[in-house]
Amino acid sequence: MSFFEVKNIVKNFGGLTAVNNVSFTVEKGEIFGLIGPNGSGKTTIFNLINRFYPLTSGEIYFQGQRIDGLPTHKICELGIGRTFQVVKPLRRMTVLENVMAGAFLHTGSIARARAKALEVLDFCALAHRKDVEAKSLTIADRKRLEIARALATEPKLLLLDETAAGLNPKEQEEAIAIIQKIRDAGITIIIVEHVMKVIMGISNRILAINFGREIARGTPREIANHPEVIKAYLGDAYA
Amino acid sequence: MTAKSWLTPTIIAVVALVLPFLLRDPYPQHILIMILIWATLGTAWNLLGGYAGQVSFGHAAFFGLGAYSAGLLFLHLKISTWWGMLLGPFVATAVAVPIGLICFRLRGPYFALATLALGEIFRLVFTNWVKFTHGAQGILILSTFPTKLPYYYIALAIWGLAMFTLNRLINSKLGYYFVSIREDQDAAESLGIPTTRYKMYAFLPSAFLAGLTGAFYMNYIAFIDPHVVFSLGDISVMVILVVMMGGVANPWGAPVGAAIYIALNEIFRAWLGSANVLAFGILVCLVILFLPNGVMGELGQIRRTAFRQKPAAAGGGQK
Amino acid sequence: MSLFGQTVICGILLGGMYALIAIGMTLIMGVMKIINLAHGALVMVGMYITYVCYKSWGLDPYIGMLIAMPALFLIGCLIQRYMINRLVEVDSILPENQVLLTVGIMLVLTELARLIFKSDYRSVTTGYSSSTFFVGDMSISIPMTVGFFIAMAFTYLLHLFLTRTDLGRSIRATAQDRNAAIYMGVNAPRVTVITFGIGSALAAAGGSLLLPLFYLWPDIGHLFTAKAFIITILGGMGSTMGAIFGGLTLGIAESLGATYISMGYKDVVGLVIFLLVLLFLPGGFKSLTKR
Repeated sequence: MSFFEVKNIVKNFGGLTAVNNVSFTVEKGEIFGLIGPNGSGKTTIFNLINRFYPLTSGEIYFQGQRIDGLPTHKICELGIGRTFQVVKPLRRMTVLENVMAGAFLHTGSIARARAKALEVLDFCALAHRKDVEAKSLTIADRKRLEIARALATEPKLLLLDETAAGLNPKEQEEAIAIIQKIRDAGITIIIVEHVMKVIMGISNRILAINFGREIARGTPREIANHPEVIKAYLGDAYA
Repeated sequence: MTAKSWLTPTIIAVVALVLPFLLRDPYPQHILIMILIWATLGTAWNLLGGYAGQVSFGHAAFFGLGAYSAGLLFLHLKISTWWGMLLGPFVATAVAVPIGLICFRLRGPYFALATLALGEIFRLVFTNWVKFTHGAQGILILSTFPTKLPYYYIALAIWGLAMFTLNRLINSKLGYYFVSIREDQDAAESLGIPTTRYKMYAFLPSAFLAGLTGAFYMNYIAFIDPHVVFSLGDISVMVILVVMMGGVANPWGAPVGAAIYIALNEIFRAWLGSANVLAFGILVCLVILFLPNGVMGELGQIRRTAFRQKPAAAGGGQK
Repeated sequence: MSLFGQTVICGILLGGMYALIAIGMTLIMGVMKIINLAHGALVMVGMYITYVCYKSWGLDPYIGMLIAMPALFLIGCLIQRYMINRLVEVDSILPENQVLLTVGIMLVLTELARLIFKSDYRSVTTGYSSSTFFVGDMSISIPMTVGFFIAMAFTYLLHLFLTRTDLGRSIRATAQDRNAAIYMGVNAPRVTVITFGIGSALAAAGGSLLLPLFYLWPDIGHLFTAKAFIITILGGMGSTMGAIFGGLTLGIAESLGATYISMGYKDVVGLVIFLLVLLFLPGGFKSLTKR
């Protein structure tokens, strides 16, 4: 049994098939990349995994347990954390309080949640911002807050949605460093990313999709040279 | 808890305890009691609306259920309406369970509309179910105490209970979860917060306190009818206004708002006569446009900008 | 059978006029994404203007309507320009304060009417108020029929306006995606002001058409707010066709209900239906349920 497995998932919105029969497995400790052009269904897959939307058909397993059908909060409780492409900071709470909201998953004590949150903020190099209200953070810090908050729930599997989008090259480097640190801490990662440098640099394996279907899978090198991928996605950038 | 955090509540408690000895006339004492009633009801609303972000337009339902629990005990069983203080909150809480399960499926303005409709349903049912409730004729009892003083201390105790409950809840894990749900329900769910359950944790104490306030109202005013205690305009909407004036999601918001409301109410009535509702309408618009987070909310903002300089870089990159 | 037929036709005619009021509301909700609890009060103001025209100058309600509509257009524009558009800039903890603002507007309009006209019930009695004509053995009210056809004419004109003119297209674009519309060069604040004006004018038109059929008093607005809401939720927010469908459904249901359900609980039934639709037919208001 794989650590995490997605089996033949399908999602229809009205007449539109956003995700069409996608399957993949993720092994413990790896970084699994998910790429595809805009609107190809990457974020939808995340939304299906943590059940913002119910599946039309298919199955999802985590550590041997079937999880499609469980409510969103339950999936987080089992150990799947996620970030959002369009960041969702708890705007009127400080950075520390945001992360504490995640840390409360495993404790009822404010002191312990605070300690955990401070530890995570340190890990994400965000501690210097801890008393700032989330609504006044820069976009780079907001993205980092997303990660910190998800980490505070102590996930075994982390879904990262476009963590480097909209960042400048220096901030991207920092984002990569944090992701690698998370992996080194023993957390498995599925990453959706638009910035090629990021995803090619850190992924162990990549699944490329277009129009909700798998078009290629393999190592970053295989994917970069795959004709389907070049045609559908990389196009001009790599031609 | 630090010594400082005890200071303000202690001063306020002492002042509240001696106040009726300074204001000996029945009229100012009545004003104080009304302020306490609204402060309690407002605190109940603030817990659900201000902290958990579930804006109820139907809190009159729980206030009215509390009041009628007391009134109907007397009407049908001929026992003291004071037993209603025991029964009323539990009736309100029990009714809140199915209402919560129904309405928490909806978000934002649609939750507001659903609670509005439910509040009106209670008013209509209690008006039309004449056999059981005496309908629009209402329920009249004889007052227990000849003076205002006992009522004042009972109202004070109830308000104290409300403040204690609110502070215990918001200064715990629940408080963080309530605000998380208010700020972004999707984010809260994905952080492992069972949002519907925690909305209930805010809703049930809120309904309990509203029911308790209603039951006390029956005992104090000694007359209720459905159009008063289930009123959309005079209870459900007014309690929102009270909290908005005082301070949304601020523990002192409801009491401050209640004091402002009752004071203005008396002034408007005395000066404007029948135009007092019009004055309130104008006030609602002005408060929302110019004082959206209430006196206490804006006070905090002012204090923060004055004393705690924001880090220089924090302003950049806002969306 | 003729009683049943008559009841249904009466419901359809009434529903057509309700639909006009509801179209005003659905237009405003669609573009502004707000819940407008003052809509019925706008209907009420329109009715009083038509009523004054009738009392003071003997103007027929169908003529008075032509004064009430521009007046309400202006009032609507002012409300949007100086109150609701301002609210966007207010950083409030609770976005629902928008609902409360419309409650405040509703209170002001209602109480102003009470101040001027007292709480008395008033009515307009024209020569044709109680005249009827017969289809087979069913007698059908003439003011209802005239009102229905005028309402349908207005609906058609609105449809032409929304589909054929630049301004109408801007309104529809803003309703679909405000940001995209702004990028395309639509002056969104101006569009919202005009939309609120048009919605209010339609409310006034509906009110004027119903004036020969209803008693008028300051609190009648609540009745129309409730009706417009049920119709809007039934038909789906922002949908003109939906509002017509919802209006006819409500008209028929009310008309039948008046025969079969006791008066006191009639409103309870209406509210329960409203709740059920809110919960189980969320088709029309998805854009508001996710913030």
